[in-house]
Amino acid sequence: MSRDENAAGRTMLEVDRLAKRLGEFSISNVSFTIDEGEYFVLLGASGTGKTVLLETLTGVIQPDSGRVVLAGRDITRERMQRRKLGIVFQDQALFPHMSVGRNIAYGPASSGMKRSDIEKLVESLASGMGIGHLLDRGPATLSSGEAQRSALARALAMGPDCLLLDEPLSSLDSGARVEIRTLLKKLNRGGMTMLHVTHDYEEAVALATKIGIMENGTVVQVDTPQRILTHPGSEFVARFVGIRNVYRGRLRRESDGTSLFESGSEAPFRLETLCEAIEGEATAVVRSEDVTLSAYRPDTSARNLFEGTVSEIVPARRGAEVTIDAGAMIVAMVTERSVEALGLERGNRVFASIKASAVRIIEG
Amino acid sequence: MIISRIEPMHLIFAALGGALLLFIVAPLAGMFLNVGKAELSEAAADPEVTGSIRLTLLSSMGATLIAAIGAVPFAWILARKDFPFKRLVNGIVDLPIVIPHSAAGIALLGVLAPGTPVGSLGERLGVTFIGGIAGIMAAMAFVSIPFLVNAARDGFAAVPVRLEQAALNLGASPLRVFLTISVPMAWRSIISGLVLMWARGMSEFGAVLIIAYHPMITPVLIYERFGAFGLKYARPVTVLFVAVCLVFFLALRMIAGRRSHVEG
Repeated sequence: MSRDENAAGRTMLEVDRLAKRLGEFSISNVSFTIDEGEYFVLLGASGTGKTVLLETLTGVIQPDSGRVVLAGRDITRERMQRRKLGIVFQDQALFPHMSVGRNIAYGPASSGMKRSDIEKLVESLASGMGIGHLLDRGPATLSSGEAQRSALARALAMGPDCLLLDEPLSSLDSGARVEIRTLLKKLNRGGMTMLHVTHDYEEAVALATKIGIMENGTVVQVDTPQRILTHPGSEFVARFVGIRNVYRGRLRRESDGTSLFESGSEAPFRLETLCEAIEGEATAVVRSEDVTLSAYRPDTSARNLFEGTVSEIVPARRGAEVTIDAGAMIVAMVTERSVEALGLERGNRVFASIKASAVRIIEG
Repeated sequence: MIISRIEPMHLIFAALGGALLLFIVAPLAGMFLNVGKAELSEAAADPEVTGSIRLTLLSSMGATLIAAIGAVPFAWILARKDFPFKRLVNGIVDLPIVIPHSAAGIALLGVLAPGTPVGSLGERLGVTFIGGIAGIMAAMAFVSIPFLVNAARDGFAAVPVRLEQAALNLGASPLRVFLTISVPMAWRSIISGLVLMWARGMSEFGAVLIIAYHPMITPVLIYERFGAFGLKYARPVTVLFVAVCLVFFLALRMIAGRRSHVEG
C-alpha cells in the first residue's frame, strides 16, 4: 500500500491484511488505515470479530498473518507493554484495589516517571476529565460515567499514540452516555487519534469522521458516515444501518416547541421533527419505509411534504426503492403494487410525505 | 426469607450435621476438661514442652515462607497458562495429600540422607537435614505445600484476566503486573493458603518422625510421652499445643479478614 506523505493527515495506524483464526471466531484480510487525529469507528454486529481484532491490536493475541503499523513502527510482534495503544474497555477494568488517582498513575509509574511529574500529570488529566475531586475514591464507589472518565484518564496518562475504545458507551446510563460522547469528541478535537468499536450506528454517526463496517471477520467498507449510510457497499451494510435518508445540517427549536432541521446544502431542505434533541449540528435520518409517496398533493397530517421528480427506481427484495429529487434526495421504499398504482416512472412528479415523528435526529 | 413450614429433610440434615460437629468438638472438649490447672501450668513451665512448641511453630512458619517463594508464582502459572500435561502437573501437586505421611518421610529420606546429592550439598553448606531443623522443615513443607498452591491458584484464577491485560497495556512489565495487580487481588486466598499450609505443617507427625525424631517437635513429643508414660502425661502437652495453634490460627484469620475487608 503506497502512502502519500503529502496527504493532509499522516497515517497513524495501519492495519494490513490481518488474519487470526481462534476457534469459532476468526478475522481475515482486515485492512484499514487511520490518519492522525481521525475518529475512526469500527461498526459491526456482535460476533463479527471486533474483539478479536482489538485483542490482536493490543497484543493479547498474536495474528496468524498481516501487519499492524503504529506511527510508522511495525508493532505486529511487539510486546504488549511496549505498544503505545491505550485501550479503554467497556467495563472500564479499573483496578479495584487502587484509588482513582493510583489507577491513573499506574501507567506513568510503570514507565519510571518521577513521582512529582506523575502527580502533576494525574492532576491535570483528572481535571481535564472532570474527576479531580474523585482521586481518593475507590472505583467501586463511582458512577458508570465517573468510572469511564477515570478509565479514559488512565489510558491517556501513558501517552498513547492512538486510543482504542471497546464499546465505551454500552455500559453507561443514558445521561452518562451523552457526557462521555461529548468528552470523546473533545479529546479527538484535541488531536487524539481514536479507534472506537461499537455495534451502535447512532454512536458511529455521531462521533466518526470515518466508519469501517465489519462483517464476518473482515472490514467490508470504509467511508465517511454519510456515504456509508447513503451508499451502503453491500446488502449487509444497507440492512445493518437500515437507513437511506441521511442529511447533515443544524437543528433549531421553534417558538411553538417543535424542532426544525435544516440541511446545510444550498437548496434549503427543512424537516420538522418531534425529536427532543439539543440545538446545533446534527444528522437527520429517515427510514425509507417511513416515506409515503402519492401522485397528487395528499390530504395528510404529515408535517413534511415535498414535491419532486422520480430520479431512480430500483427493484428491491420486497417492492422497489424510489429516489425522488426534491432539492435533496429522498429515498422511499414502496411495494410493487404502489409502483403500478402510482404509475411511477422516471421523470414523474410525485409528492413525498414524512411524518415528523419518523425523523430521527442524531446530535453531533 | 420466611420459613412457613419446616421441611423434614432439612431437619434430618441439620441433625446429621450436629452429630458431626459433636464428633469433632467432643474429644477436644473432653481433653480440655480432663486437664487440671496444675498439670497445665506444670507443662507450660517445662522447657522441653515450650521449646518444642516454639520449634514447631517457627519451623512450620519458615517452611511455609520459603515454600511460598516458589509456590505463589507457580500457582499463578497454573491459574493462567495452558501447557501440555497441565492436569498431570495439578495431580502431582496434590500427591502429598493422598500418600501416607510416613511414606512421604521415607521418600524424602532417600533424597535428603547423607551421601545423596542434596544431602551432600547440604552438608557442604552446613545444613543438616537428618535430625536437623532443615529436615523438619522439608518434611513439613512436603506434606503441606498443596494447601498453599491450591488456595493461591484459586485466588489467581478469580482475578479477572482483563485487569492484568489492562495493566500490561498501560506499559507495566509482567513482573510488575504480577506484584501490583495479581498478588494484591488474590491476597486473601494467598493468606488463607499460607495459614492453612502453616497449620498443616505444624500438625505433621509421620514424615517428620522419620526424618528428624530430634530435635523434637510437639507432635513427636506428645507421641513420645504417650508411649513412655501414658495418656495422663501426654494430655497437658496436647492441650497446650492445641490451644496455642488455635490462638495463632484465629489471629491470622482475623488479620487476613480485616485486610481483605479494607481492600474490598
